[in-house]
Amino acid sequence: MDKSNLKNQQSGEPRNESRRGFLKQSAVLTGVALTPAVALKAAENQWDEKLAEALEKIPLKLEVNGVSKSLMVEPRVTLLDLLREQLHLTGTKKGCDYGQCGACTVHVNGNRVLSCLTLAVMQDGQKITTIEGLAEGEKLHPMQDAFLKHDGFQCGYCTPGQIMSAIACIREGHADSAEEIREYMSGNICRCGAYPNIVDAIVEVKNGGKKV
Amino acid sequence: MIQFQYTRATEARMALDAISKDQSSMFIAGGTNLVDLMKRGIVTPERIVDISRLPLNKISYEGKVLKIGSLALNSTVAENKLVQHKHPLLAQALNAGASAQIRNMATVGGNILQRTRCHYFYDTSLPCNKREPGTGCGALEGFNRMHAIFGFSDKCIAVHPSDMSVALLALDATVLVEGSKGQRRIPFGDFHRLPGDKPEIDTNLLPGELILGVEVPDNGFAKNSHYLKVRDRASYAFALVSVAAALQIEKKVIKDARIALGGVAHKPWRLAEAERSLIGKPVSEASFQQAALLAMQGAKGFKHNEFKLKLAPNSIVQALKVASRMV
Ligand SMILES: Cc1cc2nc3c(=O)[nH]c(=O)nc-3n(C[C@H](O)[C@H](O)[C@H](O)COP(=O)(O)OP(=O)(O)OC[C@H]3O[C@@H](n4cnc5c(N)ncnc54)[C@H](O)[C@@H]3O)c2cc1C
Ligand code: FES
Ligand code: FES
Repeated sequence: MDKSNLKNQQSGEPRNESRRGFLKQSAVLTGVALTPAVALKAAENQWDEKLAEALEKIPLKLEVNGVSKSLMVEPRVTLLDLLREQLHLTGTKKGCDYGQCGACTVHVNGNRVLSCLTLAVMQDGQKITTIEGLAEGEKLHPMQDAFLKHDGFQCGYCTPGQIMSAIACIREGHADSAEEIREYMSGNICRCGAYPNIVDAIVEVKNGGKKV
Repeated sequence: MIQFQYTRATEARMALDAISKDQSSMFIAGGTNLVDLMKRGIVTPERIVDISRLPLNKISYEGKVLKIGSLALNSTVAENKLVQHKHPLLAQALNAGASAQIRNMATVGGNILQRTRCHYFYDTSLPCNKREPGTGCGALEGFNRMHAIFGFSDKCIAVHPSDMSVALLALDATVLVEGSKGQRRIPFGDFHRLPGDKPEIDTNLLPGELILGVEVPDNGFAKNSHYLKVRDRASYAFALVSVAAALQIEKKVIKDARIALGGVAHKPWRLAEAERSLIGKPVSEASFQQAALLAMQGAKGFKHNEFKLKLAPNSIVQALKVASRMV
């Protein structure tokens, strides 16, 4: 967690508290199958804190790389954090966490989006594809092959995002020239400066005419 | 990010009901601005109302007006054939903004309502009247390279960052909104406000009001328009200065003109006087230079953004030249 997040949480504490209070109260009042005696005991043992936490999580159904998932998440969890921390799909990278680098690019229903700027709960019912979902068994996706062949990376940190974005770039019909590719790939930053090789890889896949 | 309650609305009524329940509720559409601001603790709603699934994403053409739903994605609008055909300026401005991924998430309503990118607004350890009224404007005497040259006040010199809004202003768009008292239409030029004594309020949208869509009337500008965006890198950066220029030309004479600037004020900045000066003039560099001169009346630079006093008029001339196919 970065420093600013920590600070925000602290400054947000009083508000959180009062709302937690509200949640606790409503949990108790609306029953949730608790008899008053049990509720009292729960309060003593600070179970109510746990209860409030459970109530704060909401159900979420996603299809991730072809597999249906039924999950419980807090509304504040981003799709990126859900993928990495709850589903342990760490291929999708967190570069900036603020929409500025493209490392977290995934596909939602086939369209490229930034997983760091969307809340997981907002994607209820959608199909998510991450870098882990591209290969078919041992057979890499043509774009993965092309990145290998053209050295489309150095450290590799931006690569999952670059590849997800590159596939979408071709699908959208925005890979007709090197210039167009550069413009439509500008949302993916590479600190190692592998740009020329990334463009070469995309040009090759595009010209190869294979379905991406 | 602090915890909040989440409600998903499936129709406009439901969203309006949910938002009216508690003062600190906010709508979320694409989330590309709100999630960023919430992570940083700049805005802290206790409830967010997800409007992304409202059936308000259609683009249609009725009675000589192009109607774009507020939940239409920036990429969908930019790629739409009607938009490209009738108002290429709008498509161009959209494509000049953010990145392909962000445009796939960002909505029309959210784009209009995005907050400033001023560093002092973004850094919660620094003073900012927009974020925390009364703390002072850090940019006034601080680092103000990106800041306003028109319409600022001693309380705030931030600029509005939207590219799409600059085009919508030039195209005489109207914003359709709905609140507890019903629907109303706001001309685009009256939608955003200048900072004055209340820089914390960006627009004239009332609390709890929902943007339903924008409407763009037919015009004669499709053949001769251009969106010019000048920025620190070739793509994926906010404008230092941008120009939406639209001309109606007959036999090399200008019949009508629209010019709006981005990156120079707290709201997209329309240049009515410069527009008027062009009517009846020949398409020539001299006409454009004169309009640019008029446009800059009343502009004032700060320590680090004085360059905009030259960049803006030069950009106006260049945009008009490209729009009129002189270059
Ligand atoms: C790295 C980066 C670069 C960017 N570069 C550019 C750029 O160059 N040019 C540019 O123009 N923009 C740029 N943007 C900003 C981007 O365009 C906006 O974040 C986006 O348009 C906001 O739309 P959204 O649907 O995601 O809004 P949200 O984040 O969902 O909402 C924004 C605000 O609008 C309110 N809201 C949303 N819809 C409605 C509605 N229908 N009615 C009432 N209230 C509503 C929300 O409550 C919230 O306050 C950039 C963003 C990032 C992260
Ligand atoms: S981590 Fe999402 S854009 Fe950088
Ligand atoms: S390969 Fe290192 S950041 Fe792109």
